[in-house]
Amino acid sequence: MQSFSYSKAQTVDQAAGMDGRFIGGGTTLVDLMKQGVETPKTLVDITGLPLSSVETLPDGGLKIGAMVRNSDLAHHETVKAQYAVLSEALLSGASPQLRNMATTGGNLLQRTRCPYFRDTSYTNCSKRNPGSGCAAIGGHNRMMAILGTSEDCIATHPSDMCVALTALEATIHVQGPKGDRAIAIADFYKLPGTTPNVENALEPGELITHVTLPAPRKASKQVYLKLRDRASYEFALASAAVVAETSGGHIRFVRVALGGVGTRPWRSHEAEAALMGKPATATHFRAAAEAALKEAKPQSENGFKVELAKRCIVRALTTATA
Amino acid sequence: MASTTASPHGIIGRPVPRIDGPLKTTGTAQYAADFHLPGMVFAVPVQATVAKGTIRSLDVTAAQAMPGVLEVLHHGNVERIYRAVPNDPNATVSETRPPLEDNRIYYWGQYVALVVAETLEQATAAAAAVKAEYSAETPQVSGELEPFAGTWHTVSARGKVDEAFDAAAVKVDQTYGTPVETHNPIELHATVAAWAGDTVTFYESTQGVVNHRNAMAQILGVPRENVTVITKFLGSGFGGKLFPWPHCALAAVASRRVQRPVKLVVTRTMMFSNVGHRPLTEQRFRVGASADGKLVALRQDALNHTSMVDNFDEGCGEATPYLYSVPNLTVTSALVQRNVGSPMAMRGPGAVPGLFAMESAMDELAVALKMDPVELRLKNDASIDESNGQKFSSRHLRECLETGSAKFGWSKRTPAVGSMRRDGKVLGWGMAAASWGAYRFGCSTTVELGADGKVRARCATQDVGTGLYTIFAQVLAEKTGLPFERIEVLLGDTTMPEGPLSGGSWSTATVLPAVAGAADGAIASLLQIAASTPGAKLEGADAKTLRLTEGRVHRATESAAQGVPFETVLQAARLNRVSADSTSGSAFEDPKAKGLSMHSFGAQFAEVEWEPGIARLRVSRVVTVIDAGRIINPRAGANQIKGAVVMGVGMAMLEETVYDPRNGQPINGNLADYLMATCADSPEIDVTFLDYPDYALNSYGARGIGEIGLAGVAPAIASAVYHATGVRVRKLPIRIEDLLQSEMREA
Ligand SMILES: Cc1cc2nc3c(=O)[nH]c(=O)nc-3n(C[C@H](O)[C@H](O)[C@H](O)COP(=O)(O)OP(=O)(O)OC[C@H]3O[C@@H](n4cnc5c(N)ncnc54)[C@H](O)[C@@H]3O)c2cc1C
Ligand code: SF4
Repeated sequence: MQSFSYSKAQTVDQAAGMDGRFIGGGTTLVDLMKQGVETPKTLVDITGLPLSSVETLPDGGLKIGAMVRNSDLAHHETVKAQYAVLSEALLSGASPQLRNMATTGGNLLQRTRCPYFRDTSYTNCSKRNPGSGCAAIGGHNRMMAILGTSEDCIATHPSDMCVALTALEATIHVQGPKGDRAIAIADFYKLPGTTPNVENALEPGELITHVTLPAPRKASKQVYLKLRDRASYEFALASAAVVAETSGGHIRFVRVALGGVGTRPWRSHEAEAALMGKPATATHFRAAAEAALKEAKPQSENGFKVELAKRCIVRALTTATA
Repeated sequence: MASTTASPHGIIGRPVPRIDGPLKTTGTAQYAADFHLPGMVFAVPVQATVAKGTIRSLDVTAAQAMPGVLEVLHHGNVERIYRAVPNDPNATVSETRPPLEDNRIYYWGQYVALVVAETLEQATAAAAAVKAEYSAETPQVSGELEPFAGTWHTVSARGKVDEAFDAAAVKVDQTYGTPVETHNPIELHATVAAWAGDTVTFYESTQGVVNHRNAMAQILGVPRENVTVITKFLGSGFGGKLFPWPHCALAAVASRRVQRPVKLVVTRTMMFSNVGHRPLTEQRFRVGASADGKLVALRQDALNHTSMVDNFDEGCGEATPYLYSVPNLTVTSALVQRNVGSPMAMRGPGAVPGLFAMESAMDELAVALKMDPVELRLKNDASIDESNGQKFSSRHLRECLETGSAKFGWSKRTPAVGSMRRDGKVLGWGMAAASWGAYRFGCSTTVELGADGKVRARCATQDVGTGLYTIFAQVLAEKTGLPFERIEVLLGDTTMPEGPLSGGSWSTATVLPAVAGAADGAIASLLQIAASTPGAKLEGADAKTLRLTEGRVHRATESAAQGVPFETVLQAARLNRVSADSTSGSAFEDPKAKGLSMHSFGAQFAEVEWEPGIARLRVSRVVTVIDAGRIINPRAGANQIKGAVVMGVGMAMLEETVYDPRNGQPINGNLADYLMATCADSPEIDVTFLDYPDYALNSYGARGIGEIGLAGVAPAIASAVYHATGVRVRKLPIRIEDLLQSEMREA
């Protein structure tokens, strides 16, 4: 671990202008600093910023401050009542201790759990050393992604929260040296391509200030389903966030996002297209699942994720339309 | 010696809380890494990043020049570290190659250098700055042990197994595998070594202070009496801390070099490469039976992997020769070398992986016979140990099976795969038998009664977290009638009389006779003194008619209240204390135990809940019935069994150390990626002890319970998984990948 300087930002304006690495709960950043993967020279502690409230917006939507802790967000009354998929996703992630520390902003930017990324003795990791190849291909890759991968990187985006936010079509608000902007979550995460080191749309110095959610669709049902080896404290092998609305037995609105299988929180437009207007039946759910995984590219050890993800989608849709 | 005391509390067999509980819950119990000595410095090893080859160059100049760095040890500058004498049972080491012996690399993570610095941070930074280059060769870490061309050796044989198998009406011939599992006690391995002149003291995380002292003396080239080892508390070891590992010698050598106390704490990641693991096993089982389910042939051919520098035999055939009655039996085993760190005994070594294979084969046989699996076990119950013709000292496997069946509700089981339901889930019910050896080794203990009104026991054994302090205290309470507040138990220090290694579930059985004998001796002296101290209340009494009850010396014909507090007796005699030593021998030399086959037995019944739609399976319920002699402390005992069952869930469903096939690195070496059962994975657990005393082993009739609880859990779960899903998993852990093979799609 190299030496670094530390300062605590007092205001959002001050933080957004500071040249350094923001630290929220530190559960990703400090861990990776100890591994020598992250080597910031300056840490800017943003936990003192007044960004820890959850507010209902005039349009009925929700504004979540970047400093809201994952536990607080999961147990927030409005979130539990109107954005259940988000609460469920958060509670399925990590452990209570980690959730108590983790912030909304930090969760959005958490990094992959790929073991080769976390170990600097592997020089062939394009996420760390652009253009160096990928140690996970041909290595231990059971947990790796099957959607959105490239020859340069197959790392899974690990977050549960972000899968729910993707299904909820969240917007990420940032403030930077050049001012404020709002980025739809669909545009926020980048596919690895040949530059897996570029993970999102943030510009240097930009601070995530909050996340907004559109007003909840009153008639919709929401489900987050996470499948994994053990019952707790494990990243998803496959997960699905579904927001669905049916009437007369037909699907009128649906959003499907997947976790544990994609290189970014994975919105499945293919599944949604296969479902819109169709009867809410097992046959159509399976067809949607097939559509979602059509482009899947499994590695040597994770072929099972294709079928598992399909089952996950089918079950989440079944529950959300029951 | 007959006991001269009453046992008013009936404290033996009572579920008393641990006497050391408050120290642990308040954080005042000192574990090895908690010792912080004046002037202490820190050592951090540098690990090889290849698994096979040689060190081409090692550049320590940058590290050496970093702030706080005192020394960088490596094979080019380290003093001689001696080898342990091969097969010396009193001075055993885990890895026979001393650290930094030469420039050869045998496994990923092997120590190639050691940095010593003023602070842990400085040592860690400098260790990262050591630059090693290797001539690397392709390592062999394959998880497949067959095809194997080496020599097998016979562990046990009777009859003509191959002919009997060929002729059998019903047969099972399958190969079963268990993965590498890493011991993950919460306390990391740690050594604090401090020299004073030519004597050295270790504050160690060891399951055997005496062996540790003996081995370190040998390795460091100093007399035994110059080495002291202290282990006041251990955050468990599961076998991984039985014998010293290379870091222990490195810490001592570093301390001798810099002439300061040195602390070396092995990191969690290093735990996966440098301090042992349960080796990979591959076991072919051939089981033949008559059409009505009587075993006629049983053959086990077991392979386990070992390291390049040690021949570690897991002993998978441990329970096979005696568990069932079968006229024709052969057990063979062989080792396969891999570029991995040396394996080490892990909770229930041999029997646990061996029983996974054998009990899975028995389950398959029951299916082939269309016979109830409990019925199959009962039918083949053995009345003598057929491997050697000996009688069992105490065997109640049949009752374990019957009691377990009743408690579990086994009679309601419908045998067809996927035929049981609850709350929209498929239920699977499975079972397995369990067994583990019963042992007793030599032990010496001192017990003293003090003029301060306290009774103390001293013994150089250690409490590995299982409750041994409390076992000592229970015996002292039984003998003296004193409450726990007036009892002190001092363990984990080699300046005390030699006690046993904490392994093989033998600690309780081993210490009981010694501590009881020493207490009796001290009490006899006390009564003698009471009778002969001029002017004292009991002067002139016949010592044989005196008793010690509730801490008071009195005439047998009178009540304790009419007697004298024992400390008053000592004070009147102007004695500071009265004490006695006692040494008890091993069961192997005991005429009472000779010629008997001594084992514990058990039955495990498991229930799984299966959601075929999403391939989700959870273990929901385990009923375990244990025949492990008399249970001295049912609370600590049940705690052992429950913990073992949870570990068994991990063994069945989760645990596996994965080596990168290209460079041999254990790639999931941390507690997030190496999956163990969490609280959320823990089933409802029902523990029953049959509590039949085994007096052949000791006068208390106690055997041990540390390991038997894990035996049989994984095969019971695998059997339940088959019953629920129709998928027979023969290679652990049982993964979602396997469950997806089930043809069932809906409950
Ligand atoms: C063992 C383990 C298991 C886990 N399991 C799961 C799991 O099952 N599911 C799951 O979803 N997650 C899991 N996590 C990840 C966890 O959710 C994240 O570590 C956490 O959400 C990160 O939040 P943080 O506030 O601690 O981030 P930090 O570590 O503080 O920051 C993470 C990154 O975000 C940047 N950052 C933080 N805040 C801002 C901001 N406001 N603006 C701009 N940049 C910012 C930091 O610079 C850093 O790069 C696990 C983590 C661990 C260690
Ligand atoms: S998957 Fe991505 S993060 Fe992992 S080794 Fe390959 S490039 Fe690196």
